Amino acid sequence: MLKIRVIGVLILKNELVVQSIGFKRYLPVGRPDIAVEYLNKWGIDEIAILDITSGPAGTSPAYWKLKEYSKCCHVPLSVGGGVKTLSDIESLIRSGADKVIINTAFHKTPDLITRGAEKFGNQCMVVSIDACRTGKDSYEVYIASGQTNTGKTPVETAIEAQKAGAGEILLNSIDNDGMKKGYDSALLHSVVKAVDIPVIICGGAHLPIHMIEGIRHGASAVAAANFFHYTEHSVMMHKTVIKSNGFDIRTDTYAGYRMDQVGCDGRNRKMNDCMLEELRFEYVPEERI
Amino acid sequence: MSECSQKLVIIDYGMGNIMSVAMALDFLGTEYTISSDHTKISNASAYILPGVGAFHAAMDILNGRGLTELLTEEVIRHKKPFLGICLGMQLVAESSTEKSFTEGFGWIKGCVEYIKTPNNLRVPHVGWNNITCINDTTLFDNITGEMNFYFDHSYRLVCENNIKAAVCDYGVEIVAAIRKDNIFATQFHPEKSQRNGLKLLRNFLNYTYNLTSGKLD
Repeated sequence: MLKIRVIGVLILKNELVVQSIGFKRYLPVGRPDIAVEYLNKWGIDEIAILDITSGPAGTSPAYWKLKEYSKCCHVPLSVGGGVKTLSDIESLIRSGADKVIINTAFHKTPDLITRGAEKFGNQCMVVSIDACRTGKDSYEVYIASGQTNTGKTPVETAIEAQKAGAGEILLNSIDNDGMKKGYDSALLHSVVKAVDIPVIICGGAHLPIHMIEGIRHGASAVAAANFFHYTEHSVMMHKTVIKSNGFDIRTDTYAGYRMDQVGCDGRNRKMNDCMLEELRFEYVPEERI
Repeated sequence: MSECSQKLVIIDYGMGNIMSVAMALDFLGTEYTISSDHTKISNASAYILPGVGAFHAAMDILNGRGLTELLTEEVIRHKKPFLGICLGMQLVAESSTEKSFTEGFGWIKGCVEYIKTPNNLRVPHVGWNNITCINDTTLFDNITGEMNFYFDHSYRLVCENNIKAAVCDYGVEIVAAIRKDNIFATQFHPEKSQRNGLKLLRNFLNYTYNLTSGKLD
């Protein structure tokens, strides 16, 4: 059966990958092409690039840069940020994107999704929803990088997006973004119940257990941005823990981890000296294709 | 065989994730041309038809540019190797009911229909899924370990059993790959399926090479 996907999100600002905290603070991480290359090698199932450079002003996406970023990407690549017209979508797809992520433009011109789906198919159109908590169980959708309130609920927006022809929903919690406390399960659950298309949850994941919670609440894919950048082999180690919890997930990278080598925090366990001694002489050549 | 007969053309019909296929071929270190030019296509020795798009929109463009006829001539009459990817696989069928009834190339018997699962699984069928090889394994040589590939589609091909090369399960049977003589096609995206996908593309290149250099009948 279909496997759960782990998606790596790269937030780009001025051609640099940044760490985003609450949609307000941004810390520099590094070059996008290098981040893509590493995520790809570490066994990520999909990469999403969100370029927030344009900000609320909304200039067109820098698709000419995409060729450079996607060179080493042998997994699906979704790209978003500033997409406004059908020709923006076309340019991105011709430059190496497999799917296009649309946020603000969906609220301003909903038929962009419909026209995009007619030409490129529903599976190509991902609608991103940035939700902010307004009460105990109430949320509102914000657009323009979290600057403008639309007054709509995430559930309403998700249903509209599905009707317009979206193939997937990328659901992001503004409150949990960069907080390392896990996804907003209530938000996820409400949207998953409301639509029949796959929902990707993002915002707040830090530990494998957060991703497992996301899967349990019905997410078809779990996404994370910040923490993947800070630990060597972060993706494989998280996936190893998720798999050991009984979920069907892809773990066939050339340098894999055994379940007993990774702790529940998604980090390497301390190994005894004999084991390390053996490792010194183990050479695993990369297979040539 | 002349030099020219070794040429691989990625058919550019204005839609489809052409760059993704091109990058995968770059990784494999093979030469290719991206084109919709009739002369270049007739002179080529093998074709890849990528696809991200809607069936009727693709057929409109392909018919409008005279590519349907040209490809049929080259692939069916001259038996040149052909690899269709995703929509590129669906297009070789007789027809599709995506949006409206549209005729395809008709190279194989079969039609394309919306994925409807008995347990109402979410559509599109998007993500990595394991496949099972049946009949022909030319495309799957040297792929060891788990046979997983990346799928992303809302419609599926329904065809005869003898041309299926691989299937996968998503509530209903999804035809993952087909092979009929020199026609190969995959519903999944080999260019986006990590090492398994790159190996599959290598297998297609090897088949093409062996065929044009006379090592294969």
